[in-house]
Amino acid sequence: MSQIKCTDLTLGYGAQEIVTGLSFEVNAGDYLCIVGENGSGKSTLMKTLLGLTKPLSGSITFGDGVTARSIGYLPQQTDVQRDFPASVREIVLSGCLGRDGFRPFYSKADKALAARSMERMNITDLSRRCYRELSGGQQQRVLLARALCATEKLLLLDEPVAGLDPKVTAEMYELIESLNKHDGVTVIMISHDIANSLPYASHILHIGSDIFFGTRQEYLDKTHLDQAHLDKTRFAQKEGTDRE
Amino acid sequence: MNDLFATLGFYLEKPFVINALIVGVLIALCSSLLGVTLVLKRYSFIGDGLSHVAFGAMAIAAVLGLTNDMPLVLTITVVCAVLLLRMGKNAKIKGDAAIAMISVGALAIGYLLMNIFNTGSSNLSGDVCSTLFGSTSILTLSTFDVWMCIILSVIVVLFFVLFYNKIFSVTFDESFARATGQRAGLYNLLIAIVIAVIIVVSMQLVGSLLISALVIFPALSAMRVFKSFKSVTICAAIVSVVCALIGLFTSILAGTPVGSTIVAADIAVFALFSLIGAVTKRNA
Repeated sequence: MSQIKCTDLTLGYGAQEIVTGLSFEVNAGDYLCIVGENGSGKSTLMKTLLGLTKPLSGSITFGDGVTARSIGYLPQQTDVQRDFPASVREIVLSGCLGRDGFRPFYSKADKALAARSMERMNITDLSRRCYRELSGGQQQRVLLARALCATEKLLLLDEPVAGLDPKVTAEMYELIESLNKHDGVTVIMISHDIANSLPYASHILHIGSDIFFGTRQEYLDKTHLDQAHLDKTRFAQKEGTDRE
Repeated sequence: MNDLFATLGFYLEKPFVINALIVGVLIALCSSLLGVTLVLKRYSFIGDGLSHVAFGAMAIAAVLGLTNDMPLVLTITVVCAVLLLRMGKNAKIKGDAAIAMISVGALAIGYLLMNIFNTGSSNLSGDVCSTLFGSTSILTLSTFDVWMCIILSVIVVLFFVLFYNKIFSVTFDESFARATGQRAGLYNLLIAIVIAVIIVVSMQLVGSLLISALVIFPALSAMRVFKSFKSVTICAAIVSVVCALIGLFTSILAGTPVGSTIVAADIAVFALFSLIGAVTKRNA
């Protein structure tokens, strides 16, 4: 049974349709990369998956232990956050709130989960630091740790490498890949950085004027992108990381 | 110096001074708690807007001849707070423009009403001035006012403690909060209502023009120096209460207007904290 199954979705606002006839499914352990030009409806699709906006038509069904409320979400950074006085620990803990309902304080289990998430993201030593003083890559790790507090199974990442330098970008991709491979977390990633994100994906969803959904290999065959070229990009990235 | 303490001792025996101190401290505490959220959410001006609404509402109450205007003022201000919050989402009139519109609109209508229906009061501009700057009303509080203030303050502090984590979450990242099933809309609504309550209560202390200062200065001061949400919140509360006490005592001893004196103390602390922040940053 798939974790998310979208059938014949039409996305948009009011009378304005942005995407029509969108069907795809995500299974446990998949790494789905959603690509498309600016304004093609990537963000709208993401908001729809998160239950923030309703699809104009079509259906989204969740299964395999995933619900709309148990998706770990990594949003793009906002202006508010850039000068927000908050410690790393406070931010990571806030990922637990979704399941807490009206309970006013964090439980022991919440705190343990937050500690584990920080451990996985390698930011335990930063836990008392102030968020606004961290580097861009560290901030993304913090937000990723918070997303892990909200989910066990499925992460939705919105442009996770936007604004990061190439080395940190490569590290971020490695980190996401290890969550996918070693911890079995399903990953849905929105990206406009096709060349760099493609090597990690198991499936590709391209939205825009022509919609494509399939495995990475099918996408490569269709678009005639060279697998060797992608491997080379990936190798170069890895080298860059190792050298530091 | 001894004279000073003698004068102070003399005043501290007066019940109206004790009332003013109780109310002053409570108001300072409540207004600073949500100040951090307002500043961070870029809502600093909502306090300003709502206080002008409260001024307009007081004018209406005066025209209607109500002796106890608190319930009416509170209702109108809460309704406007909710409307402002809803408008923030509506794309037609953006949040800041909506606040500016309601704010000056209410001020104008309030003054207009007071002028047209001026019933016998020979000192209209004096009345308006004391509503705007809260000059003496804190020293003429009735027992009802004091109790009302204590009850509302307890409610505000309880709300803040119980919803502290949620307030943090919707302030830091509303879309994440929504996406993971937190009831962000509800929390925003509660925050707006509590702010309206705080504004109405604080009008007695500093008047409607200076409330924003009471809300944002302690938060901004604390943010210069402290780095976690919890320490900023606690520091803002302490700064606010200390400034209120300094302001109250100074105004009693020197005969200066209460509201402006408190705000002046807030400004001085802000300058001091900015300096400390700059120095520690350079050394770090």
